[in-house]
Amino acid sequence: MKLELGKIHIHDVQFGEKTKIENGVLYVNAKELEAEVLKDDRLAGCHIEVARPGESVRITPVKDVIEPRLKVEGPGCVFPGIMGKVTEVGKGVTYCMDGACVVTVGKIVGFQEGVIDMSGVAADYCPFSKTQNVCVVMEPKEGLETHVYEAAGRMAGLTAATYLAKALKGMTPDETITYETKPLLEQVAQYPDLPRVGYIHMLQSQGLLHDTYYYGVDAKQIVPTIMYPTEIFDGAIVSGNCVAPCDKVTTYHHEHNPVIEDLFKKHGKTLNFVGVVLTNENVFLMDKERHSDMVAKLCEYMGLEGALLTEEGYGNPDTDLMMNCRKVTQHGTKVVIITDEFPGRDGKSYSLADLTPEADTMISCGNGNIVLHFPAMDKIIGTQEAIEMQIGGWVGCKHEDGSFDAEIQIIIASTIANGFNHLCARQY
Amino acid sequence: MPKKVVHYINQFFAGIGGEDKADYKPEIRAGIVGPGLALKAALGNEYEVVATVICGDNYFGSNIDKGVVPELLEMIKKYQPEGFVAGPAFNAGRYGVACGTIAKAVQDELKIPAVTGMYTENPGVDMFKKDIYIIQTKDSSADMRHAMPKLAALLKKQMAGQEVLGPKEEGYIEKGIRVNYFNERRGSERAVDLLVAKIKGEPIYTDYPLPVVDKVSPAPALKDLAHARIALVTSGGIVPQGNPDHIESSSASKWGKYSIAGMDHADKKDFMTVHGGYDRAFITEDPDLCIPVDVLRDLEKKGFIGKLMDYFITTTGTGTATNSAKRFAEEFVPILKKDQVDAVLLVST
Repeated sequence: MKLELGKIHIHDVQFGEKTKIENGVLYVNAKELEAEVLKDDRLAGCHIEVARPGESVRITPVKDVIEPRLKVEGPGCVFPGIMGKVTEVGKGVTYCMDGACVVTVGKIVGFQEGVIDMSGVAADYCPFSKTQNVCVVMEPKEGLETHVYEAAGRMAGLTAATYLAKALKGMTPDETITYETKPLLEQVAQYPDLPRVGYIHMLQSQGLLHDTYYYGVDAKQIVPTIMYPTEIFDGAIVSGNCVAPCDKVTTYHHEHNPVIEDLFKKHGKTLNFVGVVLTNENVFLMDKERHSDMVAKLCEYMGLEGALLTEEGYGNPDTDLMMNCRKVTQHGTKVVIITDEFPGRDGKSYSLADLTPEADTMISCGNGNIVLHFPAMDKIIGTQEAIEMQIGGWVGCKHEDGSFDAEIQIIIASTIANGFNHLCARQY
Repeated sequence: MPKKVVHYINQFFAGIGGEDKADYKPEIRAGIVGPGLALKAALGNEYEVVATVICGDNYFGSNIDKGVVPELLEMIKKYQPEGFVAGPAFNAGRYGVACGTIAKAVQDELKIPAVTGMYTENPGVDMFKKDIYIIQTKDSSADMRHAMPKLAALLKKQMAGQEVLGPKEEGYIEKGIRVNYFNERRGSERAVDLLVAKIKGEPIYTDYPLPVVDKVSPAPALKDLAHARIALVTSGGIVPQGNPDHIESSSASKWGKYSIAGMDHADKKDFMTVHGGYDRAFITEDPDLCIPVDVLRDLEKKGFIGKLMDYFITTTGTGTATNSAKRFAEEFVPILKKDQVDAVLLVST
């Protein structure tokens, strides 16, 4: 399966009469976009705001972040099974709005929505402090049940991204990257001297605000399966969750999965990247046992010599992470884990809720419990009223001038546990 | 004005005597004594060792719960030090424990930097390495001339408010504390290279060395459930409506004890959940799903269990540091014991 990603670089976002891209500037017709989002009768209101890197702007409570992408050649559409018919994706040509994002914002669903600061110290921790953000600020209908509100918010983001992506039509990419994975036997034969490597991608599937969708299927309902890596670049996986903001794998992070990107960088050089094993993180022990067994079996079946392993969230899924690590290792595939850590504000506690001796090679994405001072901002997109209850905050953490103190786990994707960032923890 | 430092040593290093003088009572002398000479030299002109506290190792050990620490702190406080050095203790066990205890107390109570030094196998290391900087020394005092400059350098850095680097750079024993930094390369890129090295059988590396985990064995089974006093303990974040004690949604710093006296079930008008790690919709509707007061009352009525205690104990489990969880248990277990609780139903979420 071969996919060409054509990247159109965006370095600014502005409101405009017509939604279009010109000289690297994304112009957004806010009225048109609002109307598109408001076709969903679960929402009572919606307005669009823009936020650019360096501005004194805070966005919160953030639900998801999405990069607009457009299928230009090949079957299917971006976000298959959700924004269009279910058709296999991952081949042909796809254009990406590189550097621009849709950010969905609205009053809290759970406590799990986070913060994006466009400047200041917290901006160092957040990938979306560096992107041009089109914020979709939603108002749910009164009395809307939480599960329904979550679904409406998820769809609003995907709808907005699909609308903006139309502006990519007819553009000439600034940069093109081609990714290819052959059918298993051919792929193995292509680089016979290089180690066969795979990626075990654990999808969050614990419940409300803790769901992920693969071709529109709730990941709770899947059993482990094999995926061509390029499928993910076409939006085959969509986030429906906010776990803790810091290690939420946003839809953007699925589109930009760093493990897949970096495995492709070394593909044919130091390793042979043969495929992705998808699994989930269900809360029942029976599911955990069955699915970690199946993951180990699939790795063995694919003849993997090594696999990278990532989770989404912390605590309960640490168990799945360690069961996968142990069983895959015991089936003869070497494992490297990428994870973030929660050893407490003083850094003295255990970093994970579960461990196994096989987890002897772990790459850290940082300690999410570290407390940071968030300065007051000139403008708030959304509302700060729930900061004290959002994950990472506490009662009394908010100051009168609009600043607050919180653990960095309140920042969207600050310790995202797939190695997207440079943040790391070391032992002192 | 040079910055003031106080030095702690035992009876042996003070030249008072060995084992026979180990009961020597606390004393403070102005200026340097014994290894203070090496400390003074290593600190340089901008620092002054204003006093030396001396205490016999056995006296310290046998009076640790009888006020030796406050007594020493009073003596030290009078000199208004800005920094504190204990030892180094090398491989002397009782001396190491004394150095660690007093250095931690000075750091916590007087709020000034404190440093000590020990050999890795000194029992004081495991007791105090998480709390204070312990410079790694060899196993005998012959290492004094190498050790003291490291103690002095680390103390000076802290007193000047400079960033203390890692154990390798500064020479202290690894504290086991997780500290953030920005790596030059992103995590996924480092992981890919590490995996290739691991497959090839090259030396491997980990950002997170596996700790030795504190495992708790389950208590023996109850022999007589029909007379057992049962309490409910949960990490599911159930609190009275309004969350009166402000228990956090994640990374809890406290726990609560709330009444269920006279209740035949946990009603949503009385209780809510603040837990930020699961779908709260169902427990919001029926708190019995997390604290099953309804079922337990039923079992109580039928005589299947002896008594359901009139309260439950609660906190939020998600993102909560294991050391905080341990502290919570140390705080509430005595209450359960005092109330002669035979067993708890631990409900996680």
